[in-house]
Amino acid sequence: MTMTKTTYREAVRAGLREALQRDPLVFLMGEDVGRYGGTYACSHGLLEEFGPERIRDAPLSESAFVGAGIGAALGGMKPIVEVMTVNFSLLALDQIVNNAATIRHMSGGQFSIPLVLRMATGGGRQVAAQHSHSFEGWYAHIPGITVLTPATVTDAKGMLLAALREPDPVLIFEHAYLYPMEGELEEAGLVDISKAALRRQGRDVSLLTFGGSLWKSLEAAERLAAEGIEAEVIDLRVLRPLDTATILASVRKTHRAVIVDEAWRTGSFAAEISAQIMEGAFYDLDGPVARVCSAEAPLPYPKHLEDAALPNVEGIARAVRGLLGA
Amino acid sequence: MPTLGADMSDGTLVAWKKKPGDPVTRGEIIAEVETDKAAIDVEVFTTGVIEKMLVQPGEKVPVGTVLAIIREAGQPASAPAPQAGPGRLKISPSARQLALELGVELASLQGTGPGGAISREDVVRVAKAGGMRHETRGGTGEQPLAPVAEAAADRLLRMRQAIAAAMTRSKREIPHYYLSTTIGMGRAMAWLGEENLKRPVTERLLYGVLLIKAVALALREVPELNAVWKDGQAAQSRAIHVGVAISLRQGGLVAPALHDTDRQSLSELMQNFRDLVKRARAGSLRSSELSDPTITVTSLGEQGVETVFGVIYPPQVALVGFGKVVERPWVAEGRVLPSPVVTATLSADHRVTDGHRGGLFLAAVDRLLQEPSRL
Repeated sequence: MTMTKTTYREAVRAGLREALQRDPLVFLMGEDVGRYGGTYACSHGLLEEFGPERIRDAPLSESAFVGAGIGAALGGMKPIVEVMTVNFSLLALDQIVNNAATIRHMSGGQFSIPLVLRMATGGGRQVAAQHSHSFEGWYAHIPGITVLTPATVTDAKGMLLAALREPDPVLIFEHAYLYPMEGELEEAGLVDISKAALRRQGRDVSLLTFGGSLWKSLEAAERLAAEGIEAEVIDLRVLRPLDTATILASVRKTHRAVIVDEAWRTGSFAAEISAQIMEGAFYDLDGPVARVCSAEAPLPYPKHLEDAALPNVEGIARAVRGLLGA
Repeated sequence: MPTLGADMSDGTLVAWKKKPGDPVTRGEIIAEVETDKAAIDVEVFTTGVIEKMLVQPGEKVPVGTVLAIIREAGQPASAPAPQAGPGRLKISPSARQLALELGVELASLQGTGPGGAISREDVVRVAKAGGMRHETRGGTGEQPLAPVAEAAADRLLRMRQAIAAAMTRSKREIPHYYLSTTIGMGRAMAWLGEENLKRPVTERLLYGVLLIKAVALALREVPELNAVWKDGQAAQSRAIHVGVAISLRQGGLVAPALHDTDRQSLSELMQNFRDLVKRARAGSLRSSELSDPTITVTSLGEQGVETVFGVIYPPQVALVGFGKVVERPWVAEGRVLPSPVVTATLSADHRVTDGHRGGLFLAAVDRLLQEPSRL
């Protein structure tokens, strides 16, 4: 296993390139993925390398190009469709929920949709409410699709390659804050997209999180360690199908859980995790499950307000201290 | 902290059964204390109103430490009694489960978690209170694995150490002598069989209570054996409180008192004995039951043992051991007949009595057992 220092953005690009090189049925389609090189520069240089047939700029109609991706998948291709942000994906909600997620079931298994849908999610970059929300939890509500939230450079590449092997739609949520993040890329091949990842061992509390919040949680765990509190950090990384076993095993060990989810608290995926803990580990809990989520407001543009609205390191640490009475 | 046994140097307050402001009457159970041998209920020795608790559950303190202040009834309280909310116990599900597994009474727990909630740590603290290991504060201070087994092992280890201390002291300080006699049980067993036919199943007598009663009555005739060794001399006890050795399922034993044994009817003795066994095994003996015995009776008949040479439990000066009731050839009036017999052995402190008095005692036990209807 070799390790290469790279950015999350470059890891995504490396994954795209490898997929395009390996399988002629793979193509990339989306707004600005070609000549502009991708809104987040994930596909920079790919048009030159693979040509306009395989790197396709799409018109500004999410419903149309996601629908086209579904059609291509039905026709035997392996499309990777990039939606600029999760906010815009709502324009394609009908295609994703009513078509992509259901066709296998409604056709009695005759058709499958091997579609990979990538999009940026999350806030923290001062791009305001129309670009900054976190709806991956909504998608995780839908049966028939797989929902991935890679948080490391290794997962950014490895999960994309693993997703292309799935016979059914896979949605990949790349936290936009992570694109410039550097990390060690493990060339370990595919990532197991059925399992959560233990990112830090601890005995006092389980921090259950995913995506961009992973790094805030790890930093909070560092801060808490200095105070003598050992937090375990679980990167859920697959929201559907959720690796409940790993969550419950951790909670059974630490007896306390704090869920960090950048979505709004009400009706959040954090609420789902909390419910699963109640169902599966109630008698192991030594305190109520706590959640750290975003303030219940459209994400503000001004930096100080955006910072105040999003989960932050101190807020996570505070939630843990509150649970421990520390 | 009352002394509940000769070798008790300290005890752990497990739980308060009362709270400040509660009126208490002499003899009432006020607290639960764990000694090296058992968890026992502490009876209050005076009547009044609880002013203040000075020792908190989980604390291990030397014998003689003031546990609480009781003021005379009628005097004003110096502090308002805390409001007793009728609300549910604030305890985490995991702590509740753990308390159940460890046999920790919920009422004995005091929450130190957020908002006063009872956490696992609080349960573990009470369960381990007085344990050998040092508790490190900060973090959860407990190992996640097998806390149940640990606590039980801990308890057993401490009981073993207490028994070791008492028995070593006994054999070091007490010059034991042993006398043994075989007692014909034909009449006693026949009487018992008839008597039990008249009784409902739940009130039937075991032959063991006949033996205990016979010992108690024989002590009236040889009171020197009903004594404790104190400050270099024997102090006879007016009351006869026979301590009965009860083995515990997890290992170890206790020998709590059947108070005023000689004054109890066989029915009362049977009922009280059953109750004592049950409470000994449940860990809910009273302090006086552990501190009051003036002699110990032990029987290993159930294990098939025929003769028991017991070790005296200091500061007592005698112990009577009974073996199994077995059928043996028995000569009566020149004829050999099969007859049930039991071997009674007296272990006695030679500083206090001599073989002559001991022999009289065993003879009295024998004689009493030949007239079972008068027991």
